[in-house]
Amino acid sequence: MYGLFVNRMIQMVITLFIVSMIVFFMVRLKGDPISVMAPPTFNTEQIARLREAWGFDKPLLEQYTIFITKAITGDFGQSIQARRPAMELVMERLGNTYLLASCAALLGLVLALPLGVMSAVRRNSLIDVVSSAFAALGNAMPNFWLGLMLIIVFSVNLRILPAFGALEPAAFIMPSITLAVGTAARLSRVTRSAMLEVMNQDYIRTAYSKGLSNRFVLIKHALRNALIPIVTVFGLQLGWLLGGSVVVESVFSWPGLGRLMIESINVRDITVVQAGLFWFALSFILINFIVDALYVYLDPRIHYR
Amino acid sequence: MSVETEKKVIPIPQIGGKREPESNRRRLSPLWASLRRSPVGMIGLGIVCLLLFLAVFGSLIVPHDPVDGNLRARFMPPGFTSEAGVNLLGTDQLGRDIFSRIIVGSTVSVMVGVVSVLIAGSIGVLLGLLAGFFGGWVDNVVMRIADGLLSIPFIILVVAVSGILSAGLGTLILILGLTGWVTYARVIRGEVLKVREMEYVIAAYAIGQSRVRVMLNHILPNVISTAIILAASQVGVTILAESSLSFLGLGVKSPTVTWGLMLADGRQYINSAWWMTTFPGIAITITVLGVAFLGDWLRDVLDPNMRGRG
Repeated sequence: MYGLFVNRMIQMVITLFIVSMIVFFMVRLKGDPISVMAPPTFNTEQIARLREAWGFDKPLLEQYTIFITKAITGDFGQSIQARRPAMELVMERLGNTYLLASCAALLGLVLALPLGVMSAVRRNSLIDVVSSAFAALGNAMPNFWLGLMLIIVFSVNLRILPAFGALEPAAFIMPSITLAVGTAARLSRVTRSAMLEVMNQDYIRTAYSKGLSNRFVLIKHALRNALIPIVTVFGLQLGWLLGGSVVVESVFSWPGLGRLMIESINVRDITVVQAGLFWFALSFILINFIVDALYVYLDPRIHYR
Repeated sequence: MSVETEKKVIPIPQIGGKREPESNRRRLSPLWASLRRSPVGMIGLGIVCLLLFLAVFGSLIVPHDPVDGNLRARFMPPGFTSEAGVNLLGTDQLGRDIFSRIIVGSTVSVMVGVVSVLIAGSIGVLLGLLAGFFGGWVDNVVMRIADGLLSIPFIILVVAVSGILSAGLGTLILILGLTGWVTYARVIRGEVLKVREMEYVIAAYAIGQSRVRVMLNHILPNVISTAIILAASQVGVTILAESSLSFLGLGVKSPTVTWGLMLADGRQYINSAWWMTTFPGIAITITVLGVAFLGDWLRDVLDPNMRGRG
């Protein structure tokens, strides 16, 4: 366990280092970040002064060294728009995004597990057909469109749910469903195939022949052993949920990190974009770390050295 | 496109050796037979063929002008009839026919889906092949970059890049292609690691073939079906990404007609004109569904081990 921890920590640092390079060079894709930042009304002299103020006239390597030394301390520079540290803006919104993503993840799990288990147990039954139709649709639908459809039905016509985020409990319902459906679709499929594989094992037959109840066998023997692929996909889906928040938060005007990213991109506030990208990456890397740690707990045969 | 994929498929299944060109029909028949046994695959093929047809010939058969609207017929509900004809799915805020716009909008989806996936697939297969085959520092560099790119959620990555580059259609396709290679590289690398140890590869070395020859003649053909399966599933992902970007105003710009932009328009008038949001979304869903169905069938044909999974 200790070895795993150290090993993964080193990997995490390397990945974060790569991410920092990606984030650094991304805003330089057009050559000079000033061309992205400066309003079109600026003349050459103003642009030159701005370039000097931001240190973009220095050699690239020196710029990167400055960027990474500051980034390690969480300093991504001032937001051009808000005139406050970019990291501060990101931190303010982070909680709302995590909250929404957690609700959606929970909802996705609650939907997917029973659906997947049921369709594996009653293979080719009505519930199996319905759940595979749900999975196919949930995968194919653009999630923001689902959000718009929910708004039309529940806000415009039935007038029972708020269309945008005031952070009250009712405002969570539609964004969570919108985000959760894709996750539930993928997760239910994985649960089904993992369960099908486990259900054929000898120990399941043994468990039944011991006279254990159906529910006990399904949960304690089958689901417990099918959990590894489920946890893997669930971990990946958490990253996907964070990504999906960019679009869904825009649909529901949710004051989260995703919407902050879009707002900042629209006004070319590159420091905030950089800080936001970094946090998304860090969150995703941490999730993967937790998933890896869970493997060891779920399957004692797995040892990391 | 479907014809091309079928051509690529042929060398992989069972029968080896050279065949005369006149046996073309017989070569296709096992594929056709397996397609006939799969209703879902048939539906997928039907949707994809229709989509390709609309993408190419759509602008010739539209009932109304998709770009120039009739300002006297704004926000008309589905089924609205005037002297200009029927607006089957209603009109938008400029009196443009939704049905015609959906037909024309298929072009962008198909272009994005096909071209971006081809770019991403080629880069990914090449890098995955090199990383898996040569190992060592090549493997390390490619895979660490892949880790970095993968740890930023795909949609956020493309949102940021296309925002910074203020993309048009061409740039957007390029961005989706250049960021999408990671998945292929990872999967292909894994496959190459497996295939590399096979006996026929060792045998190829034993008869004195060079490393490059072994890589291209013996390893590549054995991992390419995995790449095709992956590509089929990525087409849908890419089409969805394009529609999200256009919806957010970071992708294709008006007057180019895309389904994502139509949804962005519809959102403005969501309180009064439900048809503006509903139908373009259905078009996207059906498209992605069709591609997915066809991809599932393709996977069953190319990789019998995967049958019934996932």
